[in-house]
Amino acid sequence: MKRLVPLIIAICAGFVLIIANFIPYAQEWGSTAQEWFNILAVGAMVLGGGNLIKLHLMKVSAKNKGWGYSVVTIGCFFATLVIGLSKMGVHPNPIYPDYDWSGYYLEEGSGLWWIYEHMVVPLTSMMFAMLAFYVATAAFRAFRAKNTEATLLLVTAGIVLLGRTYAGVWLFGWLPESMEWLRFDNLTVWIMDIPNTAGTRAITIGIALGVVATSLRILLGVDRSYLGQD
Amino acid sequence: MKKENQSNGLIWAVVFAIGAIMLIWSMSTSRTGQVWVTPVEHAFTETGVDEDGNAQWASIDAADATVGDIEWTTYSVVPDSQLTPELMESGTVSLSWSRTIGLWLAAIFTLFILSFLVGDNPAYKFAEAMVVGTSAGYVMVIGLWDVFVPNLLGKLMPGLVQSFALPGIEGSHQEFWWLYFIPAILIVMLLFQLMPSGGWISRWPIAFFIGITAGYRMIGYVEADLVAQIKAGIEPLVAFNGDGGFALWPTVNAFLLTIATLAAMVYFFFSIEHKGLVGKTARVGIWFLMITFGASFGYTVMGRIALLAARLEFLFGKWLHFIPSHIDFSFAAHLDWIILLQLM
Amino acid sequence: MYQFLKNLDRRWIFLSMLLAVAIPILMRIAFPEVVSKQAKMVFDAVESIPDGSNVLLSFDFDPASEGELLPMAQAFTRHCSAKGHKQYYMALWPLGSPMVDKSLDTIRAEYPDLEYGIDYMKFDYKAGGEAVIRMITTDLRGMFPLDSRGVSLDDIPMTKNIKNIQDMDLIINVSAGDPGTKQWVQFASTPFGITTVSGCTGVQAPQMYPYIPKQLAGVLGAIKAAAEYEAAIDEVYPEIAANPKAQEAKRRMGPQLVAHSLMVGLIIIGNCIYYVGRKRGDV
Repeated sequence: MKRLVPLIIAICAGFVLIIANFIPYAQEWGSTAQEWFNILAVGAMVLGGGNLIKLHLMKVSAKNKGWGYSVVTIGCFFATLVIGLSKMGVHPNPIYPDYDWSGYYLEEGSGLWWIYEHMVVPLTSMMFAMLAFYVATAAFRAFRAKNTEATLLLVTAGIVLLGRTYAGVWLFGWLPESMEWLRFDNLTVWIMDIPNTAGTRAITIGIALGVVATSLRILLGVDRSYLGQD
Repeated sequence: MKKENQSNGLIWAVVFAIGAIMLIWSMSTSRTGQVWVTPVEHAFTETGVDEDGNAQWASIDAADATVGDIEWTTYSVVPDSQLTPELMESGTVSLSWSRTIGLWLAAIFTLFILSFLVGDNPAYKFAEAMVVGTSAGYVMVIGLWDVFVPNLLGKLMPGLVQSFALPGIEGSHQEFWWLYFIPAILIVMLLFQLMPSGGWISRWPIAFFIGITAGYRMIGYVEADLVAQIKAGIEPLVAFNGDGGFALWPTVNAFLLTIATLAAMVYFFFSIEHKGLVGKTARVGIWFLMITFGASFGYTVMGRIALLAARLEFLFGKWLHFIPSHIDFSFAAHLDWIILLQLM
Repeated sequence: MYQFLKNLDRRWIFLSMLLAVAIPILMRIAFPEVVSKQAKMVFDAVESIPDGSNVLLSFDFDPASEGELLPMAQAFTRHCSAKGHKQYYMALWPLGSPMVDKSLDTIRAEYPDLEYGIDYMKFDYKAGGEAVIRMITTDLRGMFPLDSRGVSLDDIPMTKNIKNIQDMDLIINVSAGDPGTKQWVQFASTPFGITTVSGCTGVQAPQMYPYIPKQLAGVLGAIKAAAEYEAAIDEVYPEIAANPKAQEAKRRMGPQLVAHSLMVGLIIIGNCIYYVGRKRGDV
């Protein structure tokens, strides 16, 4: 019950999808399975939120170091949830003005919109933007031309960095027409089209082989690691 | 440690001094951090009833609205460029406190995250805690309104969903509607993961997830990343021009592409020891892979800088109103000076 | 000098990066763009299909990548609007729906003649990523019973005859990761042969090159390609060229150039320190 049923579910679900891909008659089964999968993905979102709150509540109750920040996380989570689910500040849909709950939950001026615009956007986007600083220090401290491989990487990075700006055109703008291919912007195009495509293609084929092998192991019941220990 | 603290203090002092000067200057010369809005009236009147007995509504001018009509007001932002003193005095626009506070909060949160560059600090940790909480809540709200309500509740209880949230949805049950109890039960089972005991119950929906994902991935990767890529790799090695003549460079490139792909694949083939010809080929493969990683690095840097530029534009533009409205393309003529200055 | 650079506090590098990006923004420095091969391929893919073709635009990114991808997404919207294509918008990321809203705002403000439901429309976010793509290739209504305004697809003029996305003439995907371009290639473009172009982040762009030209008709990689695409549009559509809002990516190339030069400078200086150190036996 604990291991056999989930094993059968995984094998059946996978094969239904594969069969639906090749047999038109079974396409309907595939569509149904996909629909369930998409609905279940929301369950995974709820589970994720639940797990987050559980962890932070445990941190608060144990008064672990930094528990105050956990209170902030929990507070923000529930505030967003209540404001969003209650559609606070949302007007009805103009097509159905007599249905109070029919409006767009992210309508401009609404509560969830305010949270999104003034909290989610600046916080998430700045977090990612910070990488620009760290990549600069990495370039200064870690990028060393120690051997042929590292030198190739560095030179390529330099050419692409300059070639993907106007500097690529400007730096070698004096070259005669017959030598124009040496301009950094043209070299960048060549690097992307030939060596990059070759390297990435090899990686892509390698990953594909790995994914197919892993999928087959799951579908044939050889890999059962997702069932846990007991 | 002492030297680092001194350096920390100096950097903080410089940052605060520059920030304060910019803020004071900006506030004295423009409407820094202010958001002005203008009201937009909406009014609807009932025009009749459709064949299903639902009321039909039409949009009308708010001035013509009477008792029984539905009315509300929304506010749209007035761009700074249109905000003249005459307009402000006319009373048709007003300062939006909620949006102004929001704008300041957004700027402060951006600075909180930025403060991590000087070192870990409570402001950063506070912002980090907020981003986790709000993002998780937001994603859950969207999942529930966009998927759970129309795609699950709308199938199991179409009448209820139609009557309160989605009037456009089909109001009666579809054929085999009861099948949707299965994903509903699977969701409940999935949530058993949160329980101290009975976690094994969640294995059923997880197994469903794994099975479907394995099926998808297998189909997708075999077709697009294996067969199609091998096919794309088998190209004619000799290229010809449009007029049928031999094309030297395209031929060289075709050779190079094929050899480089094979060499890089040999490097990933670990079942044979990398010695002799195989070792040499693998080494050539590594060189091409290094060029690939170098190109990836260049592109990654480009992306990260674009994100930083967007955030600084927010701070200098939307918040501080510093950015001039015209773009100066003449700098292309002075690129040598820009690069020289930077090197200095 | 050697000792100073060797022990340089990394925060000075942070500061130099901040200034390298901030100063060009404040001075509004911009540079001319030369349209590259990829940008031309993407432009041609949108331009070459007949006016009024069905175009599916999936904006699979969130605010974290907005700075890099929104100018590209807006350029696609303007190009499709100017061509009069029927635009079907969707988002596979939970935070991606507001990115689509920005494009709808652009259409409303700059192309008031275009009408919702006739010329453009939006689908809501749906969870499931690649499963959503796979499903709408055969059954659109199973996934999207309604549009984003809650109206049945059968009551919307531009969707009532659409059975699945095989009815699309072109797919435009603006992608920041997974689900994104790779999944569109795997589940829509390759099995059904639907012409697809992609605009993606710099991190993703090199990984998309093997799919060109058979599985992808072109790729715009990061902000530079967006600027080139804007330049390509400007050459054909003077009304877009005259719109300052349509020059967003070109404007961003000012800070890019200065910051890229700084990066190259840092790599060179870092290596000089390494070689001097090696000569002195310091490494």
